[in-house]
Amino acid sequence: MTTDNATPGGAGHNAARLKELFRTMVRIRAFEETAMAAHQNGEMPGPLHVSIGQEGVAAGVCANLRDDDRLTSNHRGHGHALAKGAQPDAMFGELFGRESGYCKGKGGSMHIADFSVGMLGANGVVGGGIPIAVGAAQGLKMLGSNAVAVCMFGDGAANRGPFLEGLNWAALYKLPVLFVCEDNGVAAFTATASVTAGPGVSARAESLGVPATGVDGNDVAAVDAAVGRIVAGIRAGSGPHLLHAKTFRWTGHTSTDAAAWRDPAEVEAGKARCPIARLRATLFEAGVSGAECDAMVTEAAAEMQASRTTANAAAWPAGAVAYDDVQDTGAMKWQA
Amino acid sequence: MAGVSARVTLNEAGRLAVLQEMRADKRVWVLGEDVARGGLWGQYRDFHDEFGAERIVSTPISESTIMGAGLGAALVGTRPIIEMRIFDFVMCAMDELVNQIAKVRYMFGGQATPAVVVRMPHGMWRNSAAQHSQMLEAWFAHLPGVTIATPSTAEDQAGLLVTAIRSDDPVLFFDPKDLWGVEGDVPAVIEPIPFGKARVMREGSDLTIVTWSALTPQVGEAMETLAKDGIKADVLDLRTIWPWDIDAVAASVKKTGRLLVAHEAVEVGGFGGEVVATIVDRLGPQNIKAAKRIGAPRVPVPFSPPLENEIRVTPEKIVAAAKAAMV
Repeated sequence: MTTDNATPGGAGHNAARLKELFRTMVRIRAFEETAMAAHQNGEMPGPLHVSIGQEGVAAGVCANLRDDDRLTSNHRGHGHALAKGAQPDAMFGELFGRESGYCKGKGGSMHIADFSVGMLGANGVVGGGIPIAVGAAQGLKMLGSNAVAVCMFGDGAANRGPFLEGLNWAALYKLPVLFVCEDNGVAAFTATASVTAGPGVSARAESLGVPATGVDGNDVAAVDAAVGRIVAGIRAGSGPHLLHAKTFRWTGHTSTDAAAWRDPAEVEAGKARCPIARLRATLFEAGVSGAECDAMVTEAAAEMQASRTTANAAAWPAGAVAYDDVQDTGAMKWQA
Repeated sequence: MAGVSARVTLNEAGRLAVLQEMRADKRVWVLGEDVARGGLWGQYRDFHDEFGAERIVSTPISESTIMGAGLGAALVGTRPIIEMRIFDFVMCAMDELVNQIAKVRYMFGGQATPAVVVRMPHGMWRNSAAQHSQMLEAWFAHLPGVTIATPSTAEDQAGLLVTAIRSDDPVLFFDPKDLWGVEGDVPAVIEPIPFGKARVMREGSDLTIVTWSALTPQVGEAMETLAKDGIKADVLDLRTIWPWDIDAVAASVKKTGRLLVAHEAVEVGGFGGEVVATIVDRLGPQNIKAAKRIGAPRVPVPFSPPLENEIRVTPEKIVAAAKAAMV
């Protein structure tokens, strides 16, 4: 989503901008909670990975992007898509496998894309979006655009080969790409620290000549300010940058994972750092009332519930749709 | 007509085709290892001088990102030629090829246009051993979302490359690296050759032989030997294995009643099995006297010359298989 004052290089933290960030976060939270409820109620087939607790990263990053800036995302990507400007009706349609979905029901939760707002797709493979974002940046540079590419990935992806390849590549060709490591501390069901050697993702980036900035991902104003500065630099030709945003995943790996394996004390501590509650307090100090915040929460819940209802009423794709969009030459034809 | 032809090698024919398309379309560019110096095989000789470092991008040895960055650049509207140097290295980029390039258009409901050409010189070449000699084109015929070119002549190398570069589909282009030196006549203006149309190598009425890519010269030799022995083979070079010219093969087998598919790749699970099964199904087993295939034994490609020769599909082996089909 592009906010009104999302000018490159400047994220002035006036109340209006903070309210927009709040609105984006509560819409993401509402989307995820509604999706979980729908999944538990049997309305949604397949796996569901939600990003509850991580809203500050998606909101703070995407507030600084234009529609023609490109974004690649991962399997936990609903928040990224919403923040980039994707519409909840088509998102819920896709989650529910309906023809009204972004991908006509052929992608599902892990493959939401909206090319019209620069959302180049979520990805079912950890780290899969890294080379794609790097290439998008290379293509944009070649075409003479000053748009940037942003790659959202988790801490687990930094242990995959494409991370090393992609960062080296981006630095080598000085590409306009922002790597955002959304570090929730867990790679699927494993504490990332327990399977990761060395001083971490920022040090890895810097060793490859990619400058890195650390930020508290649960402080959306800090994310917004940092990304505003960084994206302005990238747009002006500085080359790639890595943002290491520490955050916390409230839930299990998928919505069917009750996360009984997690330390309850750690989860409680993590929830206490809720990015939405934190901004709410900041807004209160800036003169935005609790009632106004509550109204945004209620509005977001109603919006997502309406999209859920609409998606449930939408048509299933016809059988022929399974044969569409494979390839131009040599495509198999549907037969009734 | 397309102007004066020049007698050139298959390698040069491909070079001329890419040159023509890059001059015509600024969105076309090349990325891969060593391409600025002309590529491992000289297939981009002098390109860097003409097009510069932005369009002839020599890359690190980072196969995942060569493949994946090509896709990303296609998604914003450029038309990359992804040069993989030697086919076997594609195994380092299988996620990007199989999970990403072949899937994005479908998974995203038609929003993506992954217009890439992936060039993958494949096959046995001067005793290069097990990791530099493979022919696994059948794997990719099994993969929805891509088309597959397997040329064997200079003319087809040129014309199929032009089609590949202009295609919005991801094209897997298997350069036959043992045939870089074969010569043919390539016109001054190279016309696209449609995918899925076989090339008739010889007309005959006794037996249909189907082949493609690097085995084509061996089949050519075998068909001459067979002719001397009184067996008139109808011989087809498929040129592309997806799509492939089912109609032409079926029409030929309807005429001859006998089918032999010959490929350099391992016979087990090879594309020859698909050709045989499709044709038997289309014509009915009762109308076919023989349907056979011949390929390499199911062993890795060995290094030592006598060992490599041991597993090669030779003209003699093709002749023997053809004669067995005549019984």
